[in-house]
Amino acid sequence: MILRLASALIGRWLFFGISIAMPEPSDAFRIGFAMNTDNLLSMTAIDKRFAGIPALSGASFAVGRGEVHALIGQNGAGKSTLIKVLTGYYKRDAGEVVFDGKPFEVSSPQQAQASGISTIYQEINLVPYRSITENICLGREARRCGLLDWKRMHQEAEALLQRFNVRADVRRPLMEFNTATQQMVAIARAIGFSAKLVIMDEPTSSLDEREVAVLFNVIRQLKQEGVSVVFVSHKLDELYEVCDRVTIMRDGRTVKTAAMNEIDKIGLVSAMLGRAIERAEGHATAFSDRDEKKIGKVLLSAENLAINQIVQDVSFNVRSGEIAGFAGLLGAGRTETARLVFGIDRPHAGSMIFNGQTFDPHKPSDAIAAGMGFCTEDRKSEGIVPDMSVAENMMLALMPKLSKSGVIDEKAQRDIVERFIRQLGIKCSGSDQKVRELSGGNQQKVLLGRWLAMNPRLLILDEPTRGIDVGAKAEIQALIKTLADQGLAVLMISSELEEVIEGADRVFVLREGISVAEFDRDEATEDAVMSAMAHGSAPTVAEAAP
Amino acid sequence: MTRPRLISLLGSYGVVLALLLLILFGWARYDYFLGLFNITSVLRYNSMFALVALGMCFVIMTGGIDLSVGSTAALGSVVAALASPQGAWIGLGAGVGAGLCVGLINAILVTRLKIMPFVATLAMMLAASGTALLLADNQSVSVSYESGFTSIGQDNFIGFPIPAWIAIMAYVVGWVVLNFTSTGRGVLAVGGNEDATRLMGLPADRIKFLVYLASGGLAGLAGVILASQFGAGQPIEGVGWELFAIAAVVVGGTLLTGGVGSVGATLAGVLLLGILFNVLNFENGKGWISLSAYWQSVIRGLFLLVVVILQAKLSSRGSVAVRDY
Ligand SMILES: Nc1ncnc2c1ncn2[C@@H]1O[C@H](COP(=O)(O)OP(=O)(O)OP(=O)(O)O)[C@@H](O)[C@H]1O
Ligand SMILES: [Mg+2]
Repeated sequence: MILRLASALIGRWLFFGISIAMPEPSDAFRIGFAMNTDNLLSMTAIDKRFAGIPALSGASFAVGRGEVHALIGQNGAGKSTLIKVLTGYYKRDAGEVVFDGKPFEVSSPQQAQASGISTIYQEINLVPYRSITENICLGREARRCGLLDWKRMHQEAEALLQRFNVRADVRRPLMEFNTATQQMVAIARAIGFSAKLVIMDEPTSSLDEREVAVLFNVIRQLKQEGVSVVFVSHKLDELYEVCDRVTIMRDGRTVKTAAMNEIDKIGLVSAMLGRAIERAEGHATAFSDRDEKKIGKVLLSAENLAINQIVQDVSFNVRSGEIAGFAGLLGAGRTETARLVFGIDRPHAGSMIFNGQTFDPHKPSDAIAAGMGFCTEDRKSEGIVPDMSVAENMMLALMPKLSKSGVIDEKAQRDIVERFIRQLGIKCSGSDQKVRELSGGNQQKVLLGRWLAMNPRLLILDEPTRGIDVGAKAEIQALIKTLADQGLAVLMISSELEEVIEGADRVFVLREGISVAEFDRDEATEDAVMSAMAHGSAPTVAEAAP
Repeated sequence: MTRPRLISLLGSYGVVLALLLLILFGWARYDYFLGLFNITSVLRYNSMFALVALGMCFVIMTGGIDLSVGSTAALGSVVAALASPQGAWIGLGAGVGAGLCVGLINAILVTRLKIMPFVATLAMMLAASGTALLLADNQSVSVSYESGFTSIGQDNFIGFPIPAWIAIMAYVVGWVVLNFTSTGRGVLAVGGNEDATRLMGLPADRIKFLVYLASGGLAGLAGVILASQFGAGQPIEGVGWELFAIAAVVVGGTLLTGGVGSVGATLAGVLLLGILFNVLNFENGKGWISLSAYWQSVIRGLFLLVVVILQAKLSSRGSVAVRDY
């Protein structure tokens, strides 16, 4: 902790040193603009404050025509705010914006869209009750004789989704589909507007590799059509695949813009964090090797779980002090299995034993009472209560435990909240700030804090580091590891293969609702896991787990 | 059709089913239940509620509520009665205009001043009711019988009460607007997720503005029919209309939280409640039992509860009923 503080301080100090030596960043950017007249968009010296606290201070950002421009930075650096200022969702306090050669003054996302800026916002911002067609076509409906032409709209929605290899009944309400499909719908919607600039705020965080590849193809097509794309992501490797240039933000400023092929990953991270970093030897994640001895006896075992068609036959077990990972492609049934364990859905077949006793949760509170926590993948609809404070959100699941005869122990509560804000590095103005005002990644950290605060015996983590920046990701991974060392059993689902392979002591591979393979830490190579994810079939279970 | 699909359909059309069963029951039990006289009088009377419920349906679909509809109708009836000597059309226009004024204020309070719909429309409920009493000098205002104003509420057109024609037309327009215009789809989008709707670039505030305005206008129209049907502007009528309207909308399967709803099912909800009232009257008429107005309220409340519970049970087993074209 002290070390971290010290390094942060040194980082600050270094940064100050640099900024004294160099002209103000925004000046540097202005010079840049003057030379480049071919920009589609240029934002200069943008300021935005929320209740006096600056979220953007002098940020500048320029996107060329037909360029794919990455925008990166730590959680809370101001990326989403910059985007929302551009699209008129927030009103900027200072600065100027020029779009397509003209000063750009919009006061609502509607106007921005009409001017040719199409945006996919960070959280999936669609209407869950409405059909896919409506979510794609609202705002530019097809009409016949002044009335909506549903037939044509359905066709159009289908055609757009086809571009993304998504097959779905466009007449069904959006909420019936998984997060990835919803994300694809959001992307399809944005593409459908034939815009000059498409902004994507973390579109890939809920997509798996296959879908990311499809998305990148679409981005390349857009580029060929002369459309510019702004691409926000915390997965730095992705950027090299499609982006031409990158702009890095830190603490509300844009600190660096560079061509992608002139900056390496370490350079990106250093600029993001504001201090030099070295690569951790041989590891892409912060799960260093673990002490096998700390792993105890089996805490949860599940046999032949099944529900609907999605989970057909899943067996696995988790021991206390162990991190068990679920690997699999989207639709493999990982989240659905976790939901069965946590009592959200009831299995049609199969049985579970938790802590030596038959375990048959009817509802989540049964699972919580037994000592389980579940950090869901879909934070927006299943986890966060946006209008409640950071502290309240964190205490939500813990409330029954902390309250003595109905009275909540204020001090214990404050202590826990403060501890997790520190441990997880949650960037907020205080524990009483509303969660909706936090940046996306910081919301995810609050949710994680909620379940960690429960001090559970088994913690299910569904995409625990989604949308979390590289620095914080390492810290969260390290924290998960520390907790496991202290005896916590962890069931971790992640679409990032590295995270599962390096983090988990054992990896269970699910494929089309069946647990097809199990690997120990040393067997779990990327190749082995990947081939099981793609081709594994039921019999290999017997071979892999003698 | 798969089983869950069937159940969800039953959930969304449960109200229609209940309505049919109730009509069947009445037809089997009472002699003149499906007689022309009874049908026309039920329709004539309930068309006022139908109009109010239509406006309410749109407001609720945006996730709001309009508590002022009852007093707005009362105000509309008084204004229409006062203006009726100038002619039927002027009376009509004046009543609807009064309703639109209330709706306009509601719309401004909710969309511009960002006051919670419950609070804003509660305030307007009191204000409109007070205005009606002031204008009417605390008594009912009789309408002019020379100007033909009373035919709006009392006459027939092709054997069908004019108020019923008006209500049917309003529902057809409402149905088309909801299903075949972008504003209509916007209403559902705003109710489903207002923030997202804004970010999607839809004019969320304009949509909300329009529904409150429309709700006021429709309540005013209901007031015109009220005055014309009973020959007088009624400043103290309209008490509890908002609750009737909300009940009809909810029985029709529209979510109070907004985002899901149907115009047709709302009409079925109105008819269900109206016919239930009618059935109770018939039952009293049979003379076997005599239900006081209080008992009738209790029975209506229970009936409502049963329908809503059944519907919730059905639709939670299937998925939320969403009708699309
Ligand atoms: N509506 C708001 N009210 C108050 N503060 C806000 C609001 N929106 C954003 N902020 C603050 O502004 C800062 C920048 O947030 P922003 O969402 O732009 O970060 P980000 O770079 O997108 O991060 P992430 O990678 O986590 O999505 C954060 O500190 C956040 O708490
Ligand atoms: Mg963001």
